[in-house]
Amino acid sequence: MPGLEDLYREIILDHYKSPRNRGSLEPPAVRSEGHNPLCGDEIEVFLIVKDGIVDDIKIGGQGCSISQSSASMMSAAVKGKPVEQARALIHRFKHMMSIDEGGEEPDTSTPLGDLEALQGVVKFPVRIKCAVLSWNTLAEALDIAAE
Amino acid sequence: MSFDVQKVRADFPVLAELINGKPLVYLDSANTSQKPNAVIDAMTHFMQHGYAPTNRSAYQLAAEATDKFEGARAKVAAFINAPKVHEVIYTKNATEALNLIVRSWGVANLSAGDAVVLTHMEHHANIVPWQMLAAERGFTIRWVPLTSDGLLDLSNLSTLLDGAKAFSFTAMSNVLGTINPTAELCAAAHKAGAIAIVDACQAVPHMPTDVQAWDADFVTFSSHKMVGPSGLGILWGREALLDAMPPFLGGGNMISDVKLEGFTCAELPAKFEAGTQAVIEAIGLGAAVDYLTAIGMDNVRAHEYDMTVLALDSLNDRFGSDITIHGSTDAALRGATISFAYRDVHPHDISQVLDQNNVCVRAGHHCAKPLMRILGSNATVRASFYLYNTPSDVTALCDALSEAGDFFTL
Repeated sequence: MPGLEDLYREIILDHYKSPRNRGSLEPPAVRSEGHNPLCGDEIEVFLIVKDGIVDDIKIGGQGCSISQSSASMMSAAVKGKPVEQARALIHRFKHMMSIDEGGEEPDTSTPLGDLEALQGVVKFPVRIKCAVLSWNTLAEALDIAAE
Repeated sequence: MSFDVQKVRADFPVLAELINGKPLVYLDSANTSQKPNAVIDAMTHFMQHGYAPTNRSAYQLAAEATDKFEGARAKVAAFINAPKVHEVIYTKNATEALNLIVRSWGVANLSAGDAVVLTHMEHHANIVPWQMLAAERGFTIRWVPLTSDGLLDLSNLSTLLDGAKAFSFTAMSNVLGTINPTAELCAAAHKAGAIAIVDACQAVPHMPTDVQAWDADFVTFSSHKMVGPSGLGILWGREALLDAMPPFLGGGNMISDVKLEGFTCAELPAKFEAGTQAVIEAIGLGAAVDYLTAIGMDNVRAHEYDMTVLALDSLNDRFGSDITIHGSTDAALRGATISFAYRDVHPHDISQVLDQNNVCVRAGHHCAKPLMRILGSNATVRASFYLYNTPSDVTALCDALSEAGDFFTL
């Protein structure tokens, strides 16, 4: 049986205790909201896209260490990156979480960095939803920003 | 009959299971209960020796299956002291039973300008069906608020009930454990001219139930929370109300006659039992009722009272100001369902650490999001005890909680 240390890697607890890019942004920033209907976790993603670049991102809401650290790492990973790269990262992260959305194999040219630490979540299937919540919410925010 | 928890435990084979070499500490019975051999054997025996269609075929095996299926209904009726056996309706689950009331009684009786009263401690199953019909019909939903110790705040009840057509409330909160004064609430509803609907999912498995003493109009509960199988719920309703209501689901079994021009309904209970029923599950529920009756519901309640006192004391003694227990501190006012927050550690993370020790609790909103918002959180940890839990389960919970605290020290 996988142990707690497989799930709660030090870097995850660090992002949980000191979340990056926490807060909110005023319009014209776009906002999207994600809910985990099983546990009640809520994530808000505030996003400013300028000239095809994720210019700024803030994370609101509340949730468990996995959902919060995943959101924190995600915000750090996509901030300042081109939108296409952010979308590629969403695809790649969900692939890492064993979520197969079809389509091409993910582009692995961008390093996952801290996000690699979340790999252990796959051994705890119940928690995959926690890890993926913020990424689905980001995808929605990117869609809104593209409208 | 004296109550011996070790003897009770021996009746539940899953409680002897070792998971990763460690015993199971099952504290999630408010969610769903474990099953005794009596239920498992009755269902297996029926499938091996007596399974056949009910209420339609004329051969001997079918007649005997029908007798057992209807016999289980009679056992349920006696268990809740229903005046008439045919007032007991089999449904898919308690959620469907509540939807049946809303979609049948509600559709026939509620329109714009009417009001229905619910409480802030309801399960989604006693909120959303009403909201769905309110969106169609334009009636108002009024809410009974809570006191700071998790009881219903009844100070304004007569005003809330004034002009209301129905008061639908839980007999015991699935989050706070609060046991509501059901008979008093039914009387208040009737005084205002409203019908009283009781969601008894958390009450029927844990204490003696007497629908006549409550003077309720409808009572709903589920088999799977009372050591019976899943896939079966119960609606009890007053005959006069059920007779006056339109049918809920249409199909086989619920008709008296069908012509090209239309249909006529069957008598109760078939009127509300369209299609092939959960026959094997009904046999299982009958066995569950026999099992609980033999133990005695007074004994079940007394044991859970003791477990509640022990759990509240142990959690408070060991964790002091680190733990916030929701609901009443008086075990006489509550069941053995205990929701709490522990430091700033998220309930999901706590349950993960508890799971390493096979301590099974529920972490989440417990299908009561309006109540969660009132408690100011989006999730709690809930440990819920039943007739098979022991003081060592309380110790295991406290030990595992200590470990979670150490792991997540912020």
